[in-house]
Amino acid sequence: MFLELKQVGKSYEDQQGRFEVFSDIDLSIEENQFVSILGPSGCGKSTLLSMIAGLEKITDGTILLEGEEISKPGSDRGMVFQEPSLFPWLNVKNNVLYPIKKQLPKNEAEDRVKHFLKMVHLSKFTDHYTYELSGGMQQRVAIARALSMDPKVLLMDEPFGALDEQTRDLMQDELTKIWQETNKTILFVTHSIHEAIKLSDRVIVMGIRPGRIIADINVDLPRPRKRNNPDVVELETQVMDLLKVEIDKVLKEEIDYEASN
Amino acid sequence: MKLAIKRTLFLVVVVGIWQLVVSMNIFPEVVLPGPVKVMQALFDGFASGSLLVALGASFKHLLIGLSLALLFGTILGVILGKSRQADETAGMYLIALQSIPSIVWVPLSLMLFGFTEFAVIFVVVLGGTFVMALNVRSAIQNVPPQLVKAARTMGTSGAELFYRVEIPASIPYYMTGVRLAWAFSWRALMAGELLSNGPGLGYSLQFASDFARMDQVIGIIIIIGTIGAVVDQLVFSKLEKNVLKRWGLLKS
Ligand SMILES: Nc1ncnc2c1ncn2[C@@H]1O[C@H](COP(=O)(O)OP(=O)(O)OP(=O)(O)O)[C@@H](O)[C@H]1O
Ligand SMILES: [Mg+2]
Repeated sequence: MFLELKQVGKSYEDQQGRFEVFSDIDLSIEENQFVSILGPSGCGKSTLLSMIAGLEKITDGTILLEGEEISKPGSDRGMVFQEPSLFPWLNVKNNVLYPIKKQLPKNEAEDRVKHFLKMVHLSKFTDHYTYELSGGMQQRVAIARALSMDPKVLLMDEPFGALDEQTRDLMQDELTKIWQETNKTILFVTHSIHEAIKLSDRVIVMGIRPGRIIADINVDLPRPRKRNNPDVVELETQVMDLLKVEIDKVLKEEIDYEASN
Repeated sequence: MKLAIKRTLFLVVVVGIWQLVVSMNIFPEVVLPGPVKVMQALFDGFASGSLLVALGASFKHLLIGLSLALLFGTILGVILGKSRQADETAGMYLIALQSIPSIVWVPLSLMLFGFTEFAVIFVVVLGGTFVMALNVRSAIQNVPPQLVKAARTMGTSGAELFYRVEIPASIPYYMTGVRLAWAFSWRALMAGELLSNGPGLGYSLQFASDFARMDQVIGIIIIIGTIGAVVDQLVFSKLEKNVLKRWGLLKS
């Protein structure tokens, strides 16, 4: 198996004791698969992605990438964050160059930067700085930057969360194309059920209290997947019902807590 | 351009009022000379070269003192910003030191180094170092964690993380530190020179006052204020603004 999570758990220690975000996550992801993760806020999606990236300590279990245990960040895993995370002191070109500047000969590195900037349609903006770019453009640069170091896995944490509907739609189409061109394995966290189903081969639905995987759905529909395709709509309804149970659980808990205080 | 006209007009009005007060002969001319007399004193000072010598000496003290202040302030600030231990232990005292007006250091400096140029430079260094250190500390502590996370996913760590991410990310605060260090050093320089044996603008001011040359006193005060404003506006504020813009921190 390409990317394998075995009995993975995460807990934080604080003054009040242990807080368990999730536990016993078992997940196997094949190479080139596009996998989305859906779940209510706070179920630990970002935490899980950060653990795969090597940014967060794995408190229980193991994560293996091509059989090798993950313990720290590495260039085999690229990450695109929801928050803007380009370096404002570098222009677009140098941002994309950043991860490969020391690793590759200059010519090769610059060719690669050109290649990926073209892929995200930003060839015209190589000399621009972050403050001159829109949110969507910034995320495209971030995607090009993550791709430039040629990772085996691309981890994306709500990369389009802050974009308007139309831009988001365009970005989804672009991402599908990029994925088909580069054959990356993509792990994609989102809050949008439609986005997950439109993009992925497989949708993982996470639950909360306790954090865990509640469904693992294969999306066997031909691409491109139109919004009004009945199969898409049916799948969306199915996932929506699953999620509703989880979200209601959190709401009820909060209301009960307030009532008892 | 409209702004320039407004500012010039304002100046003209102020000088006009000044001249009016002088013409009313409320104060004897020795105490309050008119604008023309002050301009004459300035002109004479520059023509005889004495003001130029003083200016040269002042800039020398400032350059040496400010450079050292920036150097020490940076080192101190990085240590405090990087080591929690150091910050908890010494951070509070830095604020105490920063709040001491630089004129307070002058007697100490004179006792230590006598009436030498070094004594003046010492006061300038003390004047700039602490404010610089405080800003460098904030600069280091305010590196956005998001950028550090992103850099780590691209394989950056350790010393490389420091010079490829933390240093550039802290430049905006750093520039504010430089601007404030300049402002504090400039004030400290005048305090130090006032009580020194010269040469220097502050010394010339004291000298003029000892000989009751009010026209020179006012002239030198004007020079001091002008240099302060011009350097701040033309050099540091501009630099800082450019940096803030590039770093996307300028609210427009
Ligand atoms: N450093 C931390 N210390 C303690 N608890 C933390 C820490 N980081 C995250 N958590 C907790 O872990 C849980 C999961 O957080 P996470 O950010 O992974 O959720 P998420 O599923 O990504 O939510 P969202 O959809 O809102 O982004 C939350 O309850 C959060 O409070
Ligand atoms: Mg999240």
